[in-house]
Amino acid sequence: MIRPHRKHSLWLAYILHRISGFCLAVFLPFHFYLLALALTEPDRLDGFLSWTDTPIVKLAEFGLVFLLAVHFFGGLRLMALEFFPWSTSQKTLAALAIASAFLVATIFFLQVI
Amino acid sequence: MSTKQEDIDVSVWRGDPHSGNYENFKVPAQESQTILDVISWIQQNQDATLSYRFACRVGMCGSCAMMVNGIPRWTCRTHLNKVLNGNKLVVAPLRNLPVIKDLVTDMDPFFDKWIAAEGLHHPSKTRLDPIEEIEPKSIGRVEIDTGIECINCSICYAACDTVTNNSDYLGPAALQRAWTVYNDVKDADKQTVLDAVSGDGGCLNCHSQGSCSVHCPNDLNPMNAIAGLKRATVASLFSRKG
Repeated sequence: MIRPHRKHSLWLAYILHRISGFCLAVFLPFHFYLLALALTEPDRLDGFLSWTDTPIVKLAEFGLVFLLAVHFFGGLRLMALEFFPWSTSQKTLAALAIASAFLVATIFFLQVI
Repeated sequence: MSTKQEDIDVSVWRGDPHSGNYENFKVPAQESQTILDVISWIQQNQDATLSYRFACRVGMCGSCAMMVNGIPRWTCRTHLNKVLNGNKLVVAPLRNLPVIKDLVTDMDPFFDKWIAAEGLHHPSKTRLDPIEEIEPKSIGRVEIDTGIECINCSICYAACDTVTNNSDYLGPAALQRAWTVYNDVKDADKQTVLDAVSGDGGCLNCHSQGSCSVHCPNDLNPMNAIAGLKRATVASLFSRKG
């Protein structure tokens, strides 16, 4: 239950950035441990990689990419918010421009692969 | 006067600095009434011992702010029908400030922090000097314009979770005031302002949650002012000698 004074988009952006950051921080040690298996125990790594082909892990990967995207754009937002001496409308326009550019580029990328 | 008289269920916080609880009142609904009207009606008709604070009743003095259904608001300019939750209204003293009695909070910590943030004028001239001309459209003056309409109501201070978690944090209003002083070309001691706002309880504590700007009744943007102080603090790291 979100308390009434926090029910606005700025606070939502803040909490999404925090939660995604925390989840990524939890994920990273496992990520590096698995990468290290390529050097120490290649057979175990291959076993794990075949497990990652299962649908549930694919779904989890989607979540991971979502977390990365949320945290990445949340970070850009925060830096723009705090370090650009622009007016609110200028920042909204800049955010719209970046979002549209990203959308067009992603559609192009999906068609290419 | 409305033709049909429905009662509103109003829960009002009653208590002293140490303890308290919500007390329920039935208040007749009017066609047009503010939260302050509701509280005044209770005090005048049901319980004369109810303590609350107000003065101007027109949104200028900043003394009547309270938590209304969980959101800090200026009660004299908040219409009941805009915030009524079903038929219920919950009114409590402002968050982040010590309660004196009922809906009255001790504003001392709030105003002490205005002083601590050096939100005061440091003169650069004597009375014998000519008055300095300020170009109304200069960047600094435009930046100041957005901040000086603050009425010291403490709504931003009550909305801020950083204040809740760090009692040393100067808070949005004091920092916004410091930002206006920092941008004032007539101010002679900007470094003192910067030192005051970049210390332990200063602008760098702000997490940019934005509740101050969202709930400010005068549509000011303290978060933006604090971001300005953060930029000035970072810039001073590169420019300061020694």
